[in-house]
Amino acid sequence: MHLVVCAKQIPDPDTPPSAFKIDEATNSVVPAPGISPILSQFDGIAAEAALRIKESGGEDAKVTVISMGAESARAAIKQVLAMGADEGVLLNDDAFEGGDSYTTAKVLASAIRELGDVDAVFCGRQAADWDMGQVGLLLAEELGWASAIIAKDINYADGNVSVQRVLTDGYETVQMALPAVMTVSNEFGEPRYPKLPQIMAAAKKTVTQYSASELGLDAAEVGSAGSRLKIEKLFIPETDSNVEFMTGDTPQELAAALVQRLQADKLI
Amino acid sequence: MPHNILVIGELDERSASTTTLELLAGASEIAAGGNVSVTLLGTGAAQATVACGGANTAYTSDDAQYDDFRGDQWISAIQSAVESESPDVILVAQSIVGREVGPRLSYKLGTAVAMDCVSISDEGGSIKATRPCFGGNAMATYGFSTSPVIATVRAKSFEVIEGGSGPATSTELPAASESRTEIVATEAATSEGLQIQDATVVVTGGRGLGDAEAFGEMESIASAIGLDKAAVGASRAAVDLGWYPPSQQVGLTGKVVTPDLYLAVAVSGASQHMAGCSGSKTIVGINRDEEANIWSFSRYGIIGDYKQIVPALIEELKKASGK
Ligand SMILES: Cc1cc2nc3c(=O)[nH]c(=O)nc-3n(C[C@H](O)[C@H](O)[C@H](O)COP(=O)(O)OP(=O)(O)OC[C@H]3O[C@@H](n4cnc5c(N)ncnc54)[C@H](O)[C@@H]3O)c2cc1C
Ligand SMILES: Nc1ncnc2c1ncn2[C@@H]1O[C@H](COP(=O)(O)O)[C@@H](O)[C@H]1O
Repeated sequence: MHLVVCAKQIPDPDTPPSAFKIDEATNSVVPAPGISPILSQFDGIAAEAALRIKESGGEDAKVTVISMGAESARAAIKQVLAMGADEGVLLNDDAFEGGDSYTTAKVLASAIRELGDVDAVFCGRQAADWDMGQVGLLLAEELGWASAIIAKDINYADGNVSVQRVLTDGYETVQMALPAVMTVSNEFGEPRYPKLPQIMAAAKKTVTQYSASELGLDAAEVGSAGSRLKIEKLFIPETDSNVEFMTGDTPQELAAALVQRLQADKLI
Repeated sequence: MPHNILVIGELDERSASTTTLELLAGASEIAAGGNVSVTLLGTGAAQATVACGGANTAYTSDDAQYDDFRGDQWISAIQSAVESESPDVILVAQSIVGREVGPRLSYKLGTAVAMDCVSISDEGGSIKATRPCFGGNAMATYGFSTSPVIATVRAKSFEVIEGGSGPATSTELPAASESRTEIVATEAATSEGLQIQDATVVVTGGRGLGDAEAFGEMESIASAIGLDKAAVGASRAAVDLGWYPPSQQVGLTGKVVTPDLYLAVAVSGASQHMAGCSGSKTIVGINRDEEANIWSFSRYGIIGDYKQIVPALIEELKKASGK
């Protein structure tokens, strides 16, 4: 069984708002000094999901991690390799830059077709940079595969997966035949934390690199050229901060001051 | 410029859901005289259109197979409505349904979707969609190079217009087709009593509470205010620790709430959390950190240890309500 994890490298979402800057001329985020980009958290969880199936499934299961991105995205690939994935694929080409979810899915699908024998793809529920949450589904459409999103639990048996999904007010378990694409949510649980020997072993694992032409893709159909969604303006929203702190010498006084304000404003 | 808009509606207990009514209000505004149509799928759909004020045309099917959402079934039904209506804009809620219909329908129609939008506007005839990104640290406005434009819309982005008559014409959509996914089990995790989306006061506890027991104190605050008005929410950090159920999570990957009063106790105010509550009328923080991000959004604040403040607050609230 061949499982694929799609992993994206993103600016750290825990970057404090004060250090979060954008370049309005290019509609892009300026990397915060001293804060390294990370593997999008949900993708680490997607990797955990794939690895658990590999470990339980046996039968020559293999996990490949794919990332489309800059040279630096190798770090995200290495992290998933250190978690236990077997091989990495980096999709790197200037032509891929500035793409939307559609072109991203198209490029990832080409790489998955190139691998040939893939049974299941695991994505994060959303990349924690642009928060779109659609590449997994577009990938499934592009490949013509079944899909299930926002998984809390995934079990594999006899060519089928059953996926427990998080709904607004509860859960549902759906069953579908492979090949399929699944997107994984934080309810799945924490990803494993690689130890030093695993990190060292990961350094020796193969990472294959593909360009657009190597995947048979034309530059005009990928990246910003092929995008259907065009970003026209990126800006930082204003927050009106006019907080009034309660004063008092005891918790009672502080609480009473607050209750008084809330009553005056007819909020309680 | 007039636009022809299709709203993908959803049913809630056999009535059009609140978010459907929000989308219809938004659609009427953006349509600028163009046609507004709505799809409703599942038991009670045809009847539920009476509440769909603002829509001129309805497409419904009462087939009970649509009651549980399965993407492929819904999308083929929606596609028949798209064929006869040829909308240039399609709106769907950022719900379990919308998160799947948006991308899959966009692919089928050869177009694009902007997810989780908070505003849709017409600028010189072309539709722009604005949405938060980077966990709410930034906002992005998008244009589309393909048609129709599809947007999933965050709850509470448009205000429901009361009254208005339902659609004049109604067309029956085909019964559900085969699905590739089979639903084998469902489990409800609805909290009892008032839902956080409907509460006028939401009391939210964060990781700083330190343990699950402290959520009992959040519930005491809510009951001191009145359980007909107040409900308890949680940050994702608290939910991930297992201190409170996922159905109560507020934020980007949880629920969107816009109560009159949002009381955040030991919540840092991360942008992804605020994405679910920044539309509240008044935000109040209780936090021991003078530098906490929650203060950028708060109207009132108490700096201090919640362990001391909260018992005093419960007492004062009880006094105030004469309990
Ligand atoms: C893509 C993505 C989606 C996300 N979606 C969500 C979401 O939907 N909802 C969500 O909430 N988060 C979400 N997060 C997580 C978010 O970034 C924060 O990590 C999370 O909101 C932090 O929760 P918290 O404020 O409870 O905990 P912390 O950030 O740990 O804050 C705890 C606070 O408690 C205060 N405190 C500690 N002890 C006390 C005390 N004794 N008295 C008073 N104050 C005290 C501290 O000063 C601190 O401010 C998401 C993150 C990502 C990347
Ligand atoms: N550049 C990329 N490289 C690899 N995987 C990606 C990339 N972009 C998105 N994905 C995958 O698609 C998921 C959803 O991304 P998005 O639709 O952009 O929110 C992510 O969690 C990843 O699993």
